Amino acid sequence: MATHAAFMPGAKVETPTLWGAVASWLTTVDHKRIGILYGSSAFIFFLIGGIEALIMRLQLARPDNTVVGAQTFNELFTMHGTTMVFLAIMPMSAAFFNYMIPLQIGARDVAFPRLNALSYWIFLSGALFLHASFVFGAVPDGGWFGYANLTSAQFSPRHTIDFWMLGLQILGISSMLAGFNFLVTIINMRAPGMTLMRMPVFIWMSFVTQFLLVLAFPCITVGLILLMFDRFFGTLFYVPAAGGDPLLWQHLFWLFGHPEVYILILPAMGIVSEILPTFARKPLFGAPVVIYSGIMIGFFGFGVWSHHMFSVGMGPVADAAFSISTMLIAVPTGVKIFNWLGTLWGGSIRFQTPLYFALGFIAMFTMGGLSGVMHASPPVDLQQTDTYFVVAHFHYVLFGGSIFGLFGGAYYWWPKITGKLLDERLGKVHFWLMMLGFNLTFFPQHYLGLIGMPRRIYTYAPDLGWNFWNLMSTIGAFTIALSFLVFISNVIRTTRSGKVASPDPWDGRTLEWSIPSPPPVYNFARVPQVRDRDDLWLQKYGDGHGGAPRPRPAPVTAAEIAAIHMPPTSFWPLLLAVAMAVMLSGLLISAYQIIIGGLLTLYCMYKFAMELHRPAEGHGH
Amino acid sequence: MTPRPSTVSRFPKRPDWTLVGLLGAVVFLTGACSWVGWNWDTPMSTVIPKSDFGRATHEIFMLISWWTLGIFIAVEGALLYCCWRFRERPGAPIPKQVHGNTPLEISWTIAFAVILLIIAIPTIQAIFKTQEAPAATALRVEVFGKQWWWEFRYPQQKITTANELHLPTGQMVAFFLNAPDVIHSFWIPQLGGKRDVVPHRVNHITLTPEVPGEYPGQCAEYCGMSHANMRFRVIVHTPADFEKWVKAQQTPPVEPTDPLAQQGKTIFTQSTCVGCHTISGVSAGHIGPDLTHFGSRTTFAGSLMTSTPDNVTKWIENPEHMKPGALMPNLGMTGEQSKALAAYLLSLK
Amino acid sequence: MADHAATHAVHDPNIGNTGIDHRKMGMWAFLGSDCMFFGSLIGTYLAYKGKSLSGPTPHDVFNIPLTSYSAALLLASSLTMVLALGALQHDRVKAATGWLLATALMGLHFVLNQVYEFTTFALHDGLTLSSSLFGSTFFVLTGFHGAHVTGGVIWLLLLVSLAMRGKLDARDYTKVEIAGLYWHFVDIVWIAIFTVIYLIP
Repeated sequence: MATHAAFMPGAKVETPTLWGAVASWLTTVDHKRIGILYGSSAFIFFLIGGIEALIMRLQLARPDNTVVGAQTFNELFTMHGTTMVFLAIMPMSAAFFNYMIPLQIGARDVAFPRLNALSYWIFLSGALFLHASFVFGAVPDGGWFGYANLTSAQFSPRHTIDFWMLGLQILGISSMLAGFNFLVTIINMRAPGMTLMRMPVFIWMSFVTQFLLVLAFPCITVGLILLMFDRFFGTLFYVPAAGGDPLLWQHLFWLFGHPEVYILILPAMGIVSEILPTFARKPLFGAPVVIYSGIMIGFFGFGVWSHHMFSVGMGPVADAAFSISTMLIAVPTGVKIFNWLGTLWGGSIRFQTPLYFALGFIAMFTMGGLSGVMHASPPVDLQQTDTYFVVAHFHYVLFGGSIFGLFGGAYYWWPKITGKLLDERLGKVHFWLMMLGFNLTFFPQHYLGLIGMPRRIYTYAPDLGWNFWNLMSTIGAFTIALSFLVFISNVIRTTRSGKVASPDPWDGRTLEWSIPSPPPVYNFARVPQVRDRDDLWLQKYGDGHGGAPRPRPAPVTAAEIAAIHMPPTSFWPLLLAVAMAVMLSGLLISAYQIIIGGLLTLYCMYKFAMELHRPAEGHGH
Repeated sequence: MTPRPSTVSRFPKRPDWTLVGLLGAVVFLTGACSWVGWNWDTPMSTVIPKSDFGRATHEIFMLISWWTLGIFIAVEGALLYCCWRFRERPGAPIPKQVHGNTPLEISWTIAFAVILLIIAIPTIQAIFKTQEAPAATALRVEVFGKQWWWEFRYPQQKITTANELHLPTGQMVAFFLNAPDVIHSFWIPQLGGKRDVVPHRVNHITLTPEVPGEYPGQCAEYCGMSHANMRFRVIVHTPADFEKWVKAQQTPPVEPTDPLAQQGKTIFTQSTCVGCHTISGVSAGHIGPDLTHFGSRTTFAGSLMTSTPDNVTKWIENPEHMKPGALMPNLGMTGEQSKALAAYLLSLK
Repeated sequence: MADHAATHAVHDPNIGNTGIDHRKMGMWAFLGSDCMFFGSLIGTYLAYKGKSLSGPTPHDVFNIPLTSYSAALLLASSLTMVLALGALQHDRVKAATGWLLATALMGLHFVLNQVYEFTTFALHDGLTLSSSLFGSTFFVLTGFHGAHVTGGVIWLLLLVSLAMRGKLDARDYTKVEIAGLYWHFVDIVWIAIFTVIYLIP
């Protein structure tokens, strides 16, 4: 399919039919469209997870409350955690990986465009599978980290855990496939002149994240396989009566789980590392150090997992070892904050919405990081773990950190993606409401944890001193919800009648601002030659050492554009994802479905592989 | 490519809202931190320790808290300062494109690492100190965490009780933690940190209570439906009062004199109650709590409810209604039968 | 060098900055991931080694001669895989097809040996997935490895089928090369499993 013909300048574009438009999205292999698919899906699931949180907060607003009962509450906190981690933050980061990585490295797409689409459809099928549990009345209720042996067939006889377990496996496959794709893309598809140290810091943080994805997910894959075999085939991995050790699950889970939290934060750190230099109008302070810190965090992130297990009785030597490794990893994490401050220092700071969110990130992540330092000390952690103190900690780093960072990225790159500028005033209202609401919700939870409120309880007694701040926390939660309404109205208004954006509305420093907003399907008409991390800035302003800005390149010709070949659309990614979903959900329905689904999967894999084998003459891939 | 984007905000004559916002944030945060409502002396507080274990933990907590507060003030202060001092003025040139400052970066890395070292050393010491093997003279208590209540056995005193733990001041107590079903966590906040109760292993935790009083405890690891209701009470006595309690627990229960209670005992011995519960001299069931001295305890059902005749009657009539997921089955007792049983149980002082 | 790679890329969109084919790099990434997968399974096996409460022990059931023969098969199949690639590189498609088929058949033989071994354990020795920790860990670890081999056999047979229909030649070297990488990986994992489970007492 010669899709590129339609994008020649001056070409007439036919108005697509509704089915044509839908089909083009279902069969797209364009990283930009896939990014938009991830982003929209992530936002919807973020709202669903938010509603789950609001219901929980309503229940906890008063002691001995009866808004929801025990079973429903247990389902809510399980789904809230699972949704926010796997269906909101991760795919939102994936949206930015998809959209921005090729643009920032000067590439036209990712290494494996169809695999990219496949990752998205598998993600969506996993998300829908998890939520199908609502339809079948078997909503997961084992907590987002599903500790054995509560999750065994004996203590969780219903299908709740099965939905969770299989849903996570599906999502894991999606994440790993995306990880392979972006690893190869970043290593192998950079524009000429872009050495590794000239890559933007967002690319570096994303790069480390991909390593974490492909190396950490297999651990939870195995943990879940062992659980699946226990539940379906009677193996004894987590069965204490047969000598099985429930702690095996915890080790496997947290070997994944700790790198996972870096997967959740590094992309946001990368976004902040892009926003700050742009709005302070000077380079990231100590960019190489920020990059090395990211690498160290990724590497040492595999050595701290048992700090989630200080209360299980590993013994003093293990406790001490993990305490030390955890404190060690605080160093590269903390140092980044100083580098960001150094970026602001001496700058000429323009206060626009993306910057607000980046600043909010720094302020809130610092707080979350400091409570994390407390948790690194086992004696102290024994009081704090499994209480609202740790709930406060991880919400400060995941919401105050990741979510603020991701919103910053949304405001920052919105003009590039959509060609429109989000309203500044509404953006600031969103920010301040969210700051207020977020801190009102979660700051008191430090206090609640310190005065003994455990986590995952659906109700509490009225005479423990927890009443007032639980109520305040609930009010804060609804304030956060209000701030999202502001954001949504901003999006709707902007889509209808927003200000048109230039290619470079923020006076940016990296390659994505050198192309139109939104970019053409081929991104770069001419592959850029890169001389520096902030190559675009150099082009505009010179190197500050007396060197003049580079002369403007000659305009792109129609012939150059006609020579660009973009990969054609394909429906095999979608079909393969559907086949896999049929096969895996067969585990809950019937063996016939597994077999039929399995055969369909094999068939779709074969067609997927053969689609580009020996295409029409003249093309090698 | 225009050097000045058209969307830059200009505040020529109106108040500097950025500054206002930032200052407002500072005022709000300071106010929040010092405002009424931060009472630390609550029943499950972790910061007013009543045992040696609690105090050891608290010392390190305070050490870390001061250092982290200092870092917090420094970082947030620097952030606010940068925002105010380096905000863009109209007509300002492009700032100097500084790429870094190696000596500065090395210094702040080392400074941060040193602070962590200051925290790490007492931490490691405390880890080993608080996990020392219990003294030979320690009071042994075997804890059994079951969905969703707690059994306590004193092997040296040959006492078995449930949901109410009695301890003397001044004597080290060594808890041995057993999990017959799933993972739970044994936690008495005012006496120190928690230790998980894990199937397939026996964890232990030692502490010496120092102040008499009543301290609530709670399971701190999600263990199913009624995790929130898996509570217990700890009563710390002077050594003399503790001995009195032990003696009372070791004494077999007297025969009930009240006719309703006598009726209750008859119902008890003739029902399936005997299959799950132990009452010394009457029955020997080991699935539910030991009821021998049920009447001496102020709370029941995982310390969820106070032991009033009304509560106990309602519980016996329909356990699941009072506690979601309760594993005690509904025995189909009538209101009258339940009242009688309640009277009997409450007579077991 | 970067410019050379850039011009080269215009002709072969599969080759990137490093001069390495995307698909080969992708396979390496996958194999790194699969290392963690098998590492976790082997770790689980080791954690539970000797901890079974009942049932036959490894010593009771293992047929070392048979499994050594299987290991040798897999090793030999790696050799035939290399030969297949060598032949394909020189466009000797018939020879390549033969070597690919040999590789696939040896892999199939390995899997069938495993099926035999599993059935013997289950029916003769009372060792099943649920009989003991040893049963659980043994069957899951070796079973997943066997599944990887099976996947590889299917892949190789597909390549054979393409070659026999004239749809595979020297132009597809990279595609067969990555199948080779996968095959060697599966072989190396078997060396590790064989050593840990069968040889170490």
